[in-house]
Amino acid sequence: MATTQQGILDLLSPYPPGWGGVLLAGAVSTVAISACAFAIGLLLGTGGALGKLSGNRILRLLLDLYTTLIRAVPELILIVGLYYAGTDGLNRLLAALELPPVNVNGFVAAVAVLGFVQGAYMTEVLRGAILAIPVGQIEAAKAFGMGPVLRFRRVLLPALLPNALPGLANLWMSVTKDSALVAVVGYQELALATRLAGASTKHYFVFFLASALLYLAITLVSNVVFKLIEGRVRRGQPRLA
Amino acid sequence: MNFTWISSYWPLLLTGAWQTVCLLVISVVFGFAIAIGLAFAQVSGGRLTRLLARSYCTFFRGTPLLIQLWLLYYGVGSLLPMVPGVRQSLFWPILREGFFFAAVSFTLNYAAYEAEVLRGALLAVPKGELEAGRAFGLSPWMLVRRIWLPRAIRIALPTIAGEIVMQLKATPLAFTVTVMDLYAVANKVRQDTLLVYEPLLVVTLFYLALTAVIARVFRSLEAQVPVRR
Repeated sequence: MATTQQGILDLLSPYPPGWGGVLLAGAVSTVAISACAFAIGLLLGTGGALGKLSGNRILRLLLDLYTTLIRAVPELILIVGLYYAGTDGLNRLLAALELPPVNVNGFVAAVAVLGFVQGAYMTEVLRGAILAIPVGQIEAAKAFGMGPVLRFRRVLLPALLPNALPGLANLWMSVTKDSALVAVVGYQELALATRLAGASTKHYFVFFLASALLYLAITLVSNVVFKLIEGRVRRGQPRLA
Repeated sequence: MNFTWISSYWPLLLTGAWQTVCLLVISVVFGFAIAIGLAFAQVSGGRLTRLLARSYCTFFRGTPLLIQLWLLYYGVGSLLPMVPGVRQSLFWPILREGFFFAAVSFTLNYAAYEAEVLRGALLAVPKGELEAGRAFGLSPWMLVRRIWLPRAIRIALPTIAGEIVMQLKATPLAFTVTVMDLYAVANKVRQDTLLVYEPLLVVTLFYLALTAVIARVFRSLEAQVPVRR
C-alpha cells in the first residue's frame, strides 16, 4: 500500500517525470480558452440582444436563425463543424486573395468556435435581462437627454446585470465544461493532457480522477467569484426574503 | 453538396440512430429513477444522506461529461480486469463494450442534473396538499407515491423536457469510446468519402427531428392535466 501511495504522489508531482505540471498547464489553458470564449460571447451576445430588440426585421430574422440553430445542434457537432468550416473558409478566403494558406492556431480556433456558440446563448440571456428592466427607467434616461451610448453605460448596463448574472454564471460553467470538447479536435487543454498522461503511464484512473477534481475546483472557485460579483451588482437593492 | 453516399451508408446510419436513441432512453429512464432517490435524500433525508446526495450532484454537475466518460471507460475499464473472476463472468462481453460505459456515465450524469430539478419541484409542492394527505391517514410511502412525487413531476415537466434535450445533445460524446452512434457514423463517412459537411448536416437534421419529437411528447403530456391560468 505504501508503495502505491508513493507511486500516485510521484505520478502527480508537478516536475517531470510526474505529470502534475502537464495537468496544471492543461487546466490553465482550459481557463484561458473559457475566459476568452466567454468574453467573445459577451460581445456577440450584447450585439445580438441589442440587435434583436432594435426592431429591424431582417436583423432579427438573422439573429433568430443564429440563436435557434446554435442552441438546437449538439455542442460536439457544432465544435467539429465550425472548426472545419472556419479553417476551410479562412483558407478559401486567403486563396481568393492569392495569399498562402495558414494553419489555424488551435487556441484561436477553440476560442472562436466556443465564443460563437456562447454568443447565441448570451444573446438570449441578455435579451431577457434587458426586457426585465422597467421601461420607465429607460424612458427617464431618454427624457434626461442621454444618448444611446451613455444610456447603455449608465442605465441599461447596471440595471441588466443583476438580472443577467445567474444566466451568465451558468454559461460560464457550461463553457468551462464545453472546452473539454475541444480535446476532440486536438487542442491540448486539460482533458487531452489527461488522456496523454493516462496513455503514457497506464494509470488512467488516477489521472482522470485528478482532472475531474481540477474541473471541480474551477467550478467551485467560480461559484464563489460569481457570488461576490452578484453581491456587488446587487448593492443597494433590497434583499429578497 | 453531395448526398450520394447515403445510398450506401443508410444501414449504418440507421444502426447509428438506433444506438443514439438507446443511449438516450437508457440514460433517461435509469437516471430518472436514481434522481428520484437523490432528490428525496436531499429533501427529507438525514444529515449524512443529505450530504452524500449533495456531493454526488456537485461532483457530476461540476465536471465535464467527457471526463466522466473517460474516467469510467479508460479508468474503471482498465481496473476492471484486475478484479478476480470478472473476465470469466457472464457479463464480460457487455462490460468490455464502450456502449456499457457510455450508458453508465450518461445515466449517472443525467441523474445528477435531474435530481436538482426534482429537488426544486418537490419543495414546490404546496404544503397543504401534503398535510391533506397526512390528514387522510396516508402512510409516508403512500403520500410520496400518490401525492408528493406525481405533483412534483407535473411541476417539473417543462424542465424535464429541456433536460432530456440537453441529454440528447450530449450523446455524440459516446463516439470517443468506440460506440457506433449517429455521430460516429458521420465521422466514418467523413473518413471514407472526405465529405465534411454533408454527413454532419444529415446527422444534425436527425437530432433536430428527435428534439421536435421530444417537445411534442412533452406538450401532450402536459396537456393531460388541464391547468387554470
